[in-house]
Amino acid sequence: MTTQPTASAGTGNWEPVIGLEIHVQLATRTKMFCGCELSFGEPPNTRTCPVCLGLPGTLPVVNARAVHFGLMMGLALECEIAPRSIFHRKNYFYPDQAKNYQISQYDIPLCGAGRLGDVRLHRIHLEEDAAKLVHIGASGRIHGADASIVDYNRGGTPLCEIVTEPDIQSAEHARDWLNLLRVTLRQLGVSDVNMEEGSLRCDANVSVRRAGAGELGTKTELKNMNSFRFLERGVNAEIERQIALLESGETVVQETLHFDPAGGRLSSLRSKEEAHDYRYFPEPDLVPLVPTEAMLAAAREALPELPAVRAARYERDWSLPEDPARLLAYEPQWGDYFEAVATATQARADGRAAANWVEQLRARIGAEAEPAASRVTPPALARLVGLVVARQVNAGAARQVLDRLVAEGGEPADIVEREGLGSLDGGDELAGVVAAAIAANADAAEKVRAGNDKAMGPIVGFVMRETRGRADGGDVGRLIREQLGL
Amino acid sequence: MRPRGSSAPRDTNPDQRSSRSDALTLTAAEAAARVRAGELDAAELWHGYRERAAADALGAYTWVAGGGDAPAVDRNAPLAGVPVAVKDLFCTEGVPSQSGSKILEGYRPPYTATSVARLSDAGAPLLAKTNQDEFAMGSSTENSAFGPTLNPWDPARVPGGSSGGSAAAVAAGSAPWAIGTDTGGSIRQPAALCGIVGLKPTYGAVSRYGMIAFASSLDQAGPLTRDVTDAALLLGAMVGQDPCDSTSVGLPAPVALPTRTSLEGVRLGVPEELTGEGIAPGVLASFTEALDVARELGASVESFRLPHAAHALSAYYLIAPAEASSNLARYDGVRYGYRADGVRDLFHMYTETRDQGFGAEVKRRIMLGTYALSSGYYDAYYGRAQKVRTRIREDFDAAWERFDFVVTPTSPTVAFELGAKTADPLSMYLNDFCAVPMSLAGIPGISIPSGLSEGLPVGFQIAGPAFSENALLDAAYALERAIGFDAAPWRQAA
Repeated sequence: MTTQPTASAGTGNWEPVIGLEIHVQLATRTKMFCGCELSFGEPPNTRTCPVCLGLPGTLPVVNARAVHFGLMMGLALECEIAPRSIFHRKNYFYPDQAKNYQISQYDIPLCGAGRLGDVRLHRIHLEEDAAKLVHIGASGRIHGADASIVDYNRGGTPLCEIVTEPDIQSAEHARDWLNLLRVTLRQLGVSDVNMEEGSLRCDANVSVRRAGAGELGTKTELKNMNSFRFLERGVNAEIERQIALLESGETVVQETLHFDPAGGRLSSLRSKEEAHDYRYFPEPDLVPLVPTEAMLAAAREALPELPAVRAARYERDWSLPEDPARLLAYEPQWGDYFEAVATATQARADGRAAANWVEQLRARIGAEAEPAASRVTPPALARLVGLVVARQVNAGAARQVLDRLVAEGGEPADIVEREGLGSLDGGDELAGVVAAAIAANADAAEKVRAGNDKAMGPIVGFVMRETRGRADGGDVGRLIREQLGL
Repeated sequence: MRPRGSSAPRDTNPDQRSSRSDALTLTAAEAAARVRAGELDAAELWHGYRERAAADALGAYTWVAGGGDAPAVDRNAPLAGVPVAVKDLFCTEGVPSQSGSKILEGYRPPYTATSVARLSDAGAPLLAKTNQDEFAMGSSTENSAFGPTLNPWDPARVPGGSSGGSAAAVAAGSAPWAIGTDTGGSIRQPAALCGIVGLKPTYGAVSRYGMIAFASSLDQAGPLTRDVTDAALLLGAMVGQDPCDSTSVGLPAPVALPTRTSLEGVRLGVPEELTGEGIAPGVLASFTEALDVARELGASVESFRLPHAAHALSAYYLIAPAEASSNLARYDGVRYGYRADGVRDLFHMYTETRDQGFGAEVKRRIMLGTYALSSGYYDAYYGRAQKVRTRIREDFDAAWERFDFVVTPTSPTVAFELGAKTADPLSMYLNDFCAVPMSLAGIPGISIPSGLSEGLPVGFQIAGPAFSENALLDAAYALERAIGFDAAPWRQAA
């Protein structure tokens, strides 16, 4: 993971301190407190009922599946699970809440302190999503709108709020960690975790302090960073803004900022001084949430192997470097495929080669594709890896074999045979080609003789063209030197 | 006292109106028994009550069923077609459900409250909706946007509240029975002031789904009836766990019709705090006479202390308004109900709608509740009130170690005159000071008439441990028989 512990500017070293608040829409079938199915672009106000419209006399009932997902997240993120948590009402008047209060968790959340990777978690709690407002008119905001219309389809969708401790030290760190959280939640199957579609939303609390200082600086809250790129850009912009303020002797004002991705600018939403008094109080329409042993056992049993654990296993068992290990572990369909290929190759030590060729396939058919459904079966790719490792096919030729496999399927050995792609063994046939190459590139040969190794390029290129990539680069270099008497 | 179950056999009267009128003097349980036996036509009962309700001059109703065909009912159903009047705040599909408020004027819900649906399934069709204090906030039914309800004993007096419409309707005989809701006395106190029986069940016995909420942790639906047997019959059809209400649990055993005639071995506790200062002398006299009757039936009667009862009203007037301030936030003009005209922006739509739509008492309680929950005041008000509530619960738990029931006057006074307390909210609140402790403790309480004072009925409250409804009904039944109160207007109604 790339981290950037300090950012330098002007007269001193400043240390950013970042905490994230993540909202995740849970992939339940129905809403948090009623039986309406979740909405995916249905016509407005067609996924509603008396409960999620807040009609008089209606009462909420907690979605058991949402609690199950919450417990899975808590266990996966090593949180303390509250033996008894309660819901609160967060009161505020706004048309995106049908009841003019949101049912959320406040002082006793479902999950307490936890950890994912190098970032500690503060809490995880359950709540309901708001409805969608559309403001008609030039302003696009509720102020000055000609009219505002409400679509309650989204209202009541189950949300999990995940709050980290301020353990993040740079925008890049924030981006990488959020990605780890995303793939972890996706692997749990609790959410679609799509930032563009809003099923994963991230706010960042940002402050800076002198490197090594004990106390935290004044923080600001950044909203509307609806992609990983915007998160990184927004946080970087805010770090720079705060450092510039502090460098010029000014102070950071605690406020909520809106990131405008178009201009890369931050604008103030509202000052915390005029923050709402939400008048939180325990939701009297719901009873406390007391997870039973059976509920905890069910959540535990539902946990798959998590991406971070999988990546560590790839590093340990298959000797993969960190980056390919993560690449494969974070995308379960590629991880599964890699394991099938690696298991089918002859030697355990060939894991790195297997990973390399799985990545080659990924580059060809796309990261989003389902490799198990491609024409390249794991045993076939494993045999290609075997040919490469045994130096019976060199890398360039193997890439051509893979192209064929992707297009037509089949057996690597047959393709090598049919296309004549087997490695030249460095013997007489290759020596002849090298001789021809030296003859055709006399100028270059002269320079090589004079000690300029870089001038070998055109000669090697000639050989590769002539052999259609079947020659081994090492063999070619050795033969050129031999024939030039070096 | 008219002996129960032995009403004189009547000659078949060729005049249908007269026999219909006779049928209307039966208790609901008696009427149901006759319908089941084929001696009484449920449709006739329906038309008789419907005509009376439509002709009501007490302001007891906010809606009465239309005059077409009587609803089809199964005469073998538990309630055998005896129609029921329902407090306005119960949601009834397609029928105005306004909770006595202008802000919900004409609002017709798309669904029916669980308790009302259960009554209908048990064979009690919806006869009418009854008047109430706005959002059940009041003790006189004078806070209704649709005008006050008058007491059938004396139309210059209030019927109590907030379920005053239901109480007046049952007492006057224009409905055989009714349901109401009790948050801090709203079933028991109007039952007392109208001389009928009112039962507030254990919190959680009856589903709250479809009851337009006042204070969620206190609201509970229950019957207002002519006698204790009717209360048991109606309660039995309402109770039960409801998947739509997480706080509902039902009752541990089916509600049985009461049969007990003695109180032998029953220990009654009389809390000093609720039977001394503030109780009108005539009320106290009737209460004391009823205690004598209980002793004659074999009960032991002993005074005891409910040390925190004195703080119950203060705690109640923080907890209930706090919950109400949040429950009533949804009435904003956005989705349904009243919306103010000519507003220039969202903020003014909210403020104008709520200013014009809510009455003075509702506004007072919303402000009280909002204040009690505000940052910086929460601990001192709402938090402290919850602690008092816990103490009161503990006081009752201690009482059950010594007593089977706790008895008090239901209301400190008999029915007062219209307008007598509207200018002084505190004196109005004091009317519930005997009823509120039970609400805070979540325990059941029943009010039965114990006699008259100044020619007006006095209510006697019996409260028991949570889920003791069957024992409570039995005790109330024994006492009711022995007291023999027979002055209620419904007996004379023609």
